[in-house]
Amino acid sequence: MTAPAPATQVIHKGPVRITHWVNVLTFVALAISGIGILLAHPRFYWGETGFFDMPAAFELPFDANLEDLWVRAYGREVHFLAAWIAVLNGTAYLAWGIYARHFQSSFVPNRRQLQWAYIAQVLGRHVRLQNPSEESGGYNILQKTAYTGVVFVLLPAVILSGLTMSPAVTAAFPQLFTLFGGRQSARTIHFIVANALVLFVVIHVLMTYLAGFRRTLMSMITGGKQ
Amino acid sequence: MKLSRRQWIAGAAAAGVVGVAASKASLPPSSRGIFGVSDALTYAAHRVLLAHQPLAREFGRDMITPDFPVNGERSPGDPLYQQQRARKFADWSLSITGLVETPEDYSLAYFKSLPARTQVTQHSCEEGWSAIAEWTGVQLSRVLKEVGVQPEARYVVFETVDGWWDSIDMADALHPQTLLAYGMNGGELPVAYGAPLRLRVERQLGYKNLKYVSRMLVTNRVDNIKDGTGSNAYEAGFAWYAGI
Repeated sequence: MTAPAPATQVIHKGPVRITHWVNVLTFVALAISGIGILLAHPRFYWGETGFFDMPAAFELPFDANLEDLWVRAYGREVHFLAAWIAVLNGTAYLAWGIYARHFQSSFVPNRRQLQWAYIAQVLGRHVRLQNPSEESGGYNILQKTAYTGVVFVLLPAVILSGLTMSPAVTAAFPQLFTLFGGRQSARTIHFIVANALVLFVVIHVLMTYLAGFRRTLMSMITGGKQ
Repeated sequence: MKLSRRQWIAGAAAAGVVGVAASKASLPPSSRGIFGVSDALTYAAHRVLLAHQPLAREFGRDMITPDFPVNGERSPGDPLYQQQRARKFADWSLSITGLVETPEDYSLAYFKSLPARTQVTQHSCEEGWSAIAEWTGVQLSRVLKEVGVQPEARYVVFETVDGWWDSIDMADALHPQTLLAYGMNGGELPVAYGAPLRLRVERQLGYKNLKYVSRMLVTNRVDNIKDGTGSNAYEAGFAWYAGI
């Protein structure tokens, strides 16, 4: 019943590959520059306000570095340049994904993938660190769940919580404060979501290793004939 | 596939043209290499988003931070400043020069004689902390009107007693919440917070909110002032525009 895929069909379409590698570059830049900015104030608060003499919701186990101004000065410049590229790249990806029905065809689970026995089997393969690849070449159920969560939950959350730290953007869109519960809450959420994204990347890279690093890497570069 | 890639390139090119056109209209006066692209995009985007001059959020007095952090200088060592301070700034004055009809030294009493605005706002530092205070002062827009600002003015440059200097564009200078503040939390502005007069630019980060303002220059260009960067925060690596 299943139609055979045309011989020329690729695993990863061009727009996916281009935006993926732009993402890799901006993600690394955003993560490193984010740490640079964070070094000046490694404490987190909930609500509107927060400063050194106030109790923190939680803090990181190192001292604030306020002396090396250039770390956070360049951290900010790199962060915002990378953020602009990431947001423009993400917007292009989203527009293409909607236009080309990429999300319907690749992110929405099929009927088989929603059966408990199948989900348990895929989970088992992941937990035992076995090759998680789907026989069909499409995304497995955990990939679909993770990519949907990253694209439609974590990335919007990290962008909007970042913008909530801007005194200018929040003057134009004060609803952002309602969404995140204040400037310091937004900063804390920005940090937590950034950590979740780093965790995703670590697992993502581990999975490409289990699925055959060379093959998955090449398919994200050349498209990889199925 | 071919078609969508071509559309992509066309779309990116169109976005680039719009971006350049928008930023040419209002480029920040200084930028560092490749970061000039993102600084200009941010500045242009904010000028579009804030074209209708929305106010930064204001709070009730119950939200005032009791122990607002003191940042930078606590009491400038300048001997003249300390003399003026001892006389409660009765003989202090702010020099206003440049593209104005009445360039003069204006006393603290003069600024206090103009209509006052009081606002409870949040101060956000680039370091990551934030605190809330009530500020009372005269709107910079009112001062500019009183001194007869000329239509070609594009920037207001500020210098401080403790050696800082910075500039803001007319969009921020004329914004209703931009104050020359002389009061804090219902009392006189304390020395540690910038007495007798400090700048409040509520839609930019803390470092643009200069304390101990001593000179003000209205101008149509900043590339001929000091090192031409429009701000000495730039020297330390920080962007001239700090709306983010």
